[in-house]
Amino acid sequence: MTGFYYALMVALALGAYFLVRGRAAALANGQTLHSRPSYHGLLAAAQVILPMILIHFAGSVLAARFVEHQALVAMDPALLTDELRRGAAFREIREFAIGRGAANATQALQAGAAMYAYLSALTNWAVLGLGLAVGIAMALFSLRSISGEFRARNRFEQVVRYLLMACATVAVITTIGIVFSVLFETFRFFQKVSPIDFLFGTHWSPQTAIRADQVGSSGSFGMVPLLVGTLLISTIAILVAGPIGLFAAIYMAEYASPKFRAWAKPILEILAGIPTVVLGFFAALTVAPLIREVGTSLGLSVASESALAAGLVMGIMIVPFVSSLSDDVITAVPQSLRDGSFGMGATRSETIKKVVLPAALPGIVSAFMLAISRAVGETMIVVMAAGLAANLSFNPLDAVTTFTVQIKTILVGDQEFDSAKTLAAFALGFVLFFFTLTLNVIALAIVRKYREQYD
Amino acid sequence: MSFASPMIQEPASVPEPAVAAKVAARNVNVHYAEKHALKDVSVDIPARAVTSFIGPSGCGKSTFLRCINRMNDTIPICRVTGEITIDGKDIYDSRLDVVLLRARVGMVFQKPNPFPKSIYENVAYGPRLHGMARNKTELDEIVVNSLKRASLFEEVKDRLQESGTGLSGGQQQRLCIARAIAVSPEVILMDEPCSALDPIATAKIEELIDELRSNFTIVIVTHSMQQAARVSQRTAFFHLGSLVEEGSTEQIFTNPKDKRTQDYITGRFG
Amino acid sequence: MTDTSMAPPETGIRTFDYGSDEAQARVKRRYKTEARFKLYGLLAVLFAGAFVFVLLADIVRKGMPAFFEHRVVLTLDLDASLIDPTGRREIDVLRNADYNKIVMDAWRANFPEVTQRAERRRLEALVSSGAADDLRAAVIRDPALIGQKVRFPVLLSDDADLHFKGLSTRISAVAGAGALDVKVNGREVELNGSGQPFAAILADVKAGLMQDAERVGAELARLPASQQGGNNAALDARRIELTQKVAELRRRAGDAGSAETIDFSAMPSRIIRAEGAAIRLQEIGPGSAKGFLLVAPQREIARLESWTVATFATPESNRKASDADISWLETLNARGAIEKAFATRFFSSGDSREPELAGIRGALIGSALTLLVTLIVCLPLGVGAAVYLEEFAPKNRFTDILEVNINNLAAVPSIVFGLLGLAMFLNFFGLPRSAPLVGGLVLALLVLPTIIIASRAALKAVPPSIKEAALGVGASHQQAIFHHVLPLAMPGIMTGTIIGMAHALGETAPLLMIGMVAFIVDIPQAITDPGTVLPVQIYLWSDLPEVAFQAKTAGAILVLLGFLFVMNGAAILLRRRFERRW
Repeated sequence: MTGFYYALMVALALGAYFLVRGRAAALANGQTLHSRPSYHGLLAAAQVILPMILIHFAGSVLAARFVEHQALVAMDPALLTDELRRGAAFREIREFAIGRGAANATQALQAGAAMYAYLSALTNWAVLGLGLAVGIAMALFSLRSISGEFRARNRFEQVVRYLLMACATVAVITTIGIVFSVLFETFRFFQKVSPIDFLFGTHWSPQTAIRADQVGSSGSFGMVPLLVGTLLISTIAILVAGPIGLFAAIYMAEYASPKFRAWAKPILEILAGIPTVVLGFFAALTVAPLIREVGTSLGLSVASESALAAGLVMGIMIVPFVSSLSDDVITAVPQSLRDGSFGMGATRSETIKKVVLPAALPGIVSAFMLAISRAVGETMIVVMAAGLAANLSFNPLDAVTTFTVQIKTILVGDQEFDSAKTLAAFALGFVLFFFTLTLNVIALAIVRKYREQYD
Repeated sequence: MSFASPMIQEPASVPEPAVAAKVAARNVNVHYAEKHALKDVSVDIPARAVTSFIGPSGCGKSTFLRCINRMNDTIPICRVTGEITIDGKDIYDSRLDVVLLRARVGMVFQKPNPFPKSIYENVAYGPRLHGMARNKTELDEIVVNSLKRASLFEEVKDRLQESGTGLSGGQQQRLCIARAIAVSPEVILMDEPCSALDPIATAKIEELIDELRSNFTIVIVTHSMQQAARVSQRTAFFHLGSLVEEGSTEQIFTNPKDKRTQDYITGRFG
Repeated sequence: MTDTSMAPPETGIRTFDYGSDEAQARVKRRYKTEARFKLYGLLAVLFAGAFVFVLLADIVRKGMPAFFEHRVVLTLDLDASLIDPTGRREIDVLRNADYNKIVMDAWRANFPEVTQRAERRRLEALVSSGAADDLRAAVIRDPALIGQKVRFPVLLSDDADLHFKGLSTRISAVAGAGALDVKVNGREVELNGSGQPFAAILADVKAGLMQDAERVGAELARLPASQQGGNNAALDARRIELTQKVAELRRRAGDAGSAETIDFSAMPSRIIRAEGAAIRLQEIGPGSAKGFLLVAPQREIARLESWTVATFATPESNRKASDADISWLETLNARGAIEKAFATRFFSSGDSREPELAGIRGALIGSALTLLVTLIVCLPLGVGAAVYLEEFAPKNRFTDILEVNINNLAAVPSIVFGLLGLAMFLNFFGLPRSAPLVGGLVLALLVLPTIIIASRAALKAVPPSIKEAALGVGASHQQAIFHHVLPLAMPGIMTGTIIGMAHALGETAPLLMIGMVAFIVDIPQAITDPGTVLPVQIYLWSDLPEVAFQAKTAGAILVLLGFLFVMNGAAILLRRRFERRW
């Protein structure tokens, strides 16, 4: 149906374009037009397309809500207020309506499905009819507005300008969307679980609190173990990535011959381009057993999903990140400072340590902050290598869990949308978003200031 | 330093060596990749005097200056041939240590380039590198004396811990001179030290150069013929990578031997 | 100096002897520091390089087996009365015939001695459940085969496949010494020989016992000491148990002449092979042994002149392929019935619970559909936003916010985009779960900042003189941009887009949130069908316990990395090809 609608729209737009352009061209024989005929055509096409897309979007969303509501009413009006069963019931209706449902359907389900099928068809045709009518009306309107003085080009460019602005606004809308989707659910979560318990509780086990009336349901949403786990793994990661990334950047920027750079740069880029799911596989199947083996041979008890394995691999993941950002800020330090230092008889390493690095310090700090934010938000490596046990432990050989692992665990698979457990994932997402956003904003502000200093 | 041949070889090609040469260059050639930037330069630079290099842009005067403390080593594509001696010792000798050479031959750059550190740390940087002070008192003494010698102390004595980049352009350049003096060099190279400064700051630097002459051998590259005439005792004129003429400043400006020198100082080109 | 100047004191400048020994030593020290510092830098770069190398080597090593499969070539009797009793070649009839019976009959015919039910089930488990489907497809493709006897490659199960890939146990075979008299009683076998033919094997078994004794002894030594007053009962009991065990093992190992009974849960299995038969030894004495006939000989045997003994290093209970499994497979291999082939199935089939049948086709199509949606959505949006910000946006507060916002959006964790997709696209707009449509939309938002930033850089690189020239001949601002600036910036925009797409192709976490993680066998046909993508498929497989899926995972990773390599290579080529020096 959607395809048919858009095919019609394209046909209508093409028709309007050629018709209006032809009419304008014919007019051009007798008098001078302000705009070239093709601009008249383009404006006509735009005037057809934009309202039709708008109608389809708005119409579909409204229709879907309406159909869902009516179908549920037809099946069982009580469903409307039952948040837990509502989603599953509607899924059943839809499945049944397209012929994939179970054969032993209840009377109510059949009624719901029938209503669904009937209203879906009806609303589809309504949207189609409305869109078509508006499209034709707009085409006719364009045809009538052709005249010598009509500033079709200016009008069209105005439309294009607004379209471009709309494109740029999508980024802002995305951010607003993120904030609202996590904030809204977080707010609902805090109606069920006190924020104090969430922020300062030291026990995390959402599984035990599926029912709100269960004992201790509010006590098991303490995020402290997750925070500690996240910070533990991120700390290991930054301890690995910091020195390696920084030294690699220094070597590449200050020592490496062009030939060496030509080899080493792509290798670092390959490392940066390896998907995290691949690194997670490597961490879980190669690094973790290795660490366990080494640990056992040293007489240490190592969890099979230790924080160390995840942290090490995550550290290597962010090495290219640290090194490329640091490389940028190191090369941005003016050559005159290096010359001044060499002129005093300093060796290269003395120049780097005492002049270049202090001068580049703000940039390097912000690189580290961005790297930490990347580590905190990383999901796949920890999902595959760090495990689920919410231990409150600072020992890198223990199994710990992180925000991202818990969000993933809670939200993958079937979920009731209203339970405290599901909402907790959004609350964790909110904390994660807030934390990384703060780091990013500060880091980017530092970078901006730093750039201004040497520009 | 101990070198195998401490003997100064007296070359025959240079006429009338006015005073004992501190720095002597013989047939110095510099190539930047394919470009022949400096051609067969031979010159003697006398001790405890100011020698200025003049000439139009791109004539090789700065390149030659940077050969004297081997700053060109930091440019990978640059190749230097020929011989430069300081006190008769070849500075391109493979046994010579470039780090120590640069301590003995200080440099002041075109644009003031104080480190983004405090004034004190800027001056103390060199002495710390070379381990010149055994304790804090000695280091303080070196810093204060260097600043005094660079005529900057009175202006900054109350704010030694403030950043060197916060000073005015002229003060920054004097800070750079103090920084260079602090490691007790024998020769100070100045690469157009006043080109980024206003006339008043320039006058101060020029006065300072005149004072420093009593303790140091100074080589200054300058665009301004007036400046060369004001501060230097000897002048060398470079053109298209060659040394055209070298002599006492008075002689170069009043009675140049070469037509090109004549044209340059009378403003026909440049 | 002017009036403020003071006469420089004569001692104002300290002189410093750079030639002194002290100064020379200091320089030496400084150079050492310099060398060390440089070395650290080099080591850091080399470490990163070594990691990339180890990672790739590890994945290649683990993943190569996924591209090959082992099959047994059987002669199948495509009996017309079984497949097509009506003889009308109706497709429904052909589809519903019992191909499994045909395959299994031919398979069991190899080992007629296997009659007991449990044993028969083990034998049948060595053939993949997909073999019948292969046969069905072949018959439907070419109904002329019906009624013939055809040689047909039958896919082996994952455990059998792993055995031929060397992942079951290490097998070492040595020639036996001396002739043996064989007494067969049903499946029980008694072997006797003069001159102690089993002495070497027995010595080997005893050596194994000695090693076990040492291992248990080490465990005993590691037990913590008893604590004063503590509850040590369990600890003491364990100590006694281990002490007795060590003593027992040492006694058995030390008594060279005594017979040994093999414990298949802890000791390597030993199989006598001769005349096509395989006999598993159960009791070994120096001169005689008792065993079990795993594979019957081709003819009656009473005396063996030459025989070999094969040792399966891993104890039977520690591996998935039993002694019988391995013996059957090795027997067929010796008959030349096993073939190794390139596993086209890996690329042509969807996901499956059976490792040997699972393929990445569904994930590949899912990835393609998802990326298609991503590209269609984010290329126009990204380029439009870049053009607006670079060329039209007024310098005001709103534009500032836009810029900061885009830079920050690029650093938001990807899983948060998953939350957005779940809350917005699925729960608010009611789009279908697990669909490439939603995945594509989420990834489009995820890579949008990347594309905007790259496109802006490309637009910025076009010199203003081009635009001015167009404006100078009377073009409108938009005409100048769309006719001149944008085409010149296009290679840069495409490079950024390809890199963004490569990023989207490797992204996993947000897609888990919107349900693309379900087990889906069907290959998606449209962007609204449930599907999965390659990285998620990798994640799903990596979580499965079967060893064979490990190879599949690594194989899928190789395919993914291959695509990423091609995409990034294309981006680099494009950049080189169209790099313009203004």
